[in-house]
Amino acid sequence: MSVTARPGRIVEESTTTPARARVVWLMVAALCLAVAVIASLAIGSRPISFPTVLDALTAPDGSDAHLVVRELRVPRTVLGVLAGAAFGVSGALIQAFTRNPLADPGILGVNAGAGFAVVVGVALLGVTRTYQYLPLAFAGALLATALVYTIAARGAGGAGGVTPLRLTLVGVALSAVLGGISSALTLLDAETFDHMRFWGAGSISDRPPGTIGSVAGFIVAGLVLAMVCARSLNAMGLGEETARALGVNVIAMRVTCIVAVTLLCGAATAAAGPIGFVGLMVPHAVRWLTGPDQRWILPFTLLLAPTLLLVSDIVGRLVVWPGELQVGIVTAFIGAPVLMLLIRRTRASAL
Amino acid sequence: MTTPTTLVLRAGPFSGRIPRRVLVVNGALLGVLLAATAAALMLGSYTIPLDELVAVFGGQGADQATTVVFQWRAPRAVAAAVFGAALALSGAIFQSLTRNPLGSPDIVGFSVGSFTGVLVVIMAGGVGFHATATGALAGGLATAAIIYLVAFRHGMQGFRLIIVGIAISSMLTSVNTWITVKAELGIALRAAVWGAGTLNGLRWSHAVPGIVAVAILTLLLVFAAPAMRQLELGDETAAMQGVRTEPTKLALIVVGVGLTAAVTAVAGPISFVALAAPQLARRLTRTGTITLSTAALVGASLLTLSDLIAQHAFSGLTVPVGAVTVCIGGLYLLWLLTRRR
Repeated sequence: MSVTARPGRIVEESTTTPARARVVWLMVAALCLAVAVIASLAIGSRPISFPTVLDALTAPDGSDAHLVVRELRVPRTVLGVLAGAAFGVSGALIQAFTRNPLADPGILGVNAGAGFAVVVGVALLGVTRTYQYLPLAFAGALLATALVYTIAARGAGGAGGVTPLRLTLVGVALSAVLGGISSALTLLDAETFDHMRFWGAGSISDRPPGTIGSVAGFIVAGLVLAMVCARSLNAMGLGEETARALGVNVIAMRVTCIVAVTLLCGAATAAAGPIGFVGLMVPHAVRWLTGPDQRWILPFTLLLAPTLLLVSDIVGRLVVWPGELQVGIVTAFIGAPVLMLLIRRTRASAL
Repeated sequence: MTTPTTLVLRAGPFSGRIPRRVLVVNGALLGVLLAATAAALMLGSYTIPLDELVAVFGGQGADQATTVVFQWRAPRAVAAAVFGAALALSGAIFQSLTRNPLGSPDIVGFSVGSFTGVLVVIMAGGVGFHATATGALAGGLATAAIIYLVAFRHGMQGFRLIIVGIAISSMLTSVNTWITVKAELGIALRAAVWGAGTLNGLRWSHAVPGIVAVAILTLLLVFAAPAMRQLELGDETAAMQGVRTEPTKLALIVVGVGLTAAVTAVAGPISFVALAAPQLARRLTRTGTITLSTAALVGASLLTLSDLIAQHAFSGLTVPVGAVTVCIGGLYLLWLLTRRR
């Protein structure tokens, strides 16, 4: 797809940015995330001062404020960081992998699979508790991606023919089928619809206990795999033939990439519901800052995606104070204006 | 060579080349479409056998059968075929403009915007066909206009259109989710059924304005199609061939959005036809570019078949046709993709 021409054009400007400037920017991004984390601990329907937050973390005395920080805000913030990183990095991976700016981590069927499993659980198996959603959603996500890969490989006559375009189309088609069945099941029964409209909004608050423990391992594993892929993805950006000539094992790289995306997006979706905008958009914004080198894109995304998610979550607590908006509803409102400013400033070349 | 693979048609100063395979595929699709439409006219709580259907079309049918066919079932059957074709053409235009197989009218946010419009109308207490149709048109057109204006800077670039489209659509999706979560369950469910796309209870008075609009826009597209093909070669090349690139792109966007708008106002945002039909057509004809006539026939057949299933497959339950289109279209696309070349 000629989409690849675009990041390439930007390189001419941004490769002149010395690595030292990028390191400075990376530190700025880390600082932003740190500020967001602290704000996320302090701000809420009950504002808690910064010294009290510190006390709660270092020397808890069992007071109400300390309990709020330790029992509610810390898990919420940790989940926000994990889910944000997972959505962002999986988005960066899938866009580099498919070389398509419209690709989001859900394109391999993860979101549709997770949603389908939860709908089936609610509509047909009588599942009503949120702690039951997590294993269902994660299993659904993994199965859907495995199915997408199997179908793509079958039609292509083996793993060698599983091109990104093929995976994209199979992913879109399978997502559509699962989504169609989900929506039919949802719309036929008011009670199912009622459960699903809340799951579909995406939230990191009021998660059942143990949520973080059950997804953290998968997300960390996914992040490690993503970093391993970075160098090979750079070579793949030059075209498959060139990558092979440079010694990249194309099939192994693709499988690693798919496994990483599935672990990251699947675990995050299972824990927080489908939060759409982060994975699609943060990598775009980051690419305009860094150029097409995945070894820079991935760390920047790793820091900025959780920042966007946490800032959105904080805004969600403030706009309808003392009530709250689900973070999935707010992310687009924080991220989209920034994105539009950036794209209007960028000299984007034709697609 | 014994059989020619391409037919060349000449009429006065005009000439056209039609690959043989396209003719065969189109013929087969037309057969499927006619059979499905006949079934749509025959099936229902009052079943009309084929010989009676033929009699009705010959003007020889019983009064009751004539009423059932022409007043009850024909509006829905004709709308399914016409709207399916319209969505497919709209998708073909946007995939050509963005040169991206994931391109569809959704990238200019029409469906999302129209859903926002309808949600607002329903929340404000609006009921009935005209209220939702107005809400859908106003919301969809306003969204498309905003996205075009934000994306337009020193000319329209496909990539920027996509990014701005995603950004604004995501914001509106959030609005829709928020209203859906906050609304009373019954209202939210009613809006969600509309949002899936449905042809239930369609009358001539509802369908005709949409069908007329689709007919006019399709005629415009026939004239714009050659310029569209030139644009696929790149803006510079098209300009060298004498195409005025920016006005042409705007015209194509207007036609594409108009086709989607006409359908959405009447039947709600029926998803996936615009995305899948052009890709299905390309795989059926095995041509490099999307053949518009084939895409239109695929879309028409897809929506007609889906509506047949939506009405009759689940006894006693009427599923929104949009939920069926994605299943049928998705399965068909999967099947095409799994076949070895």
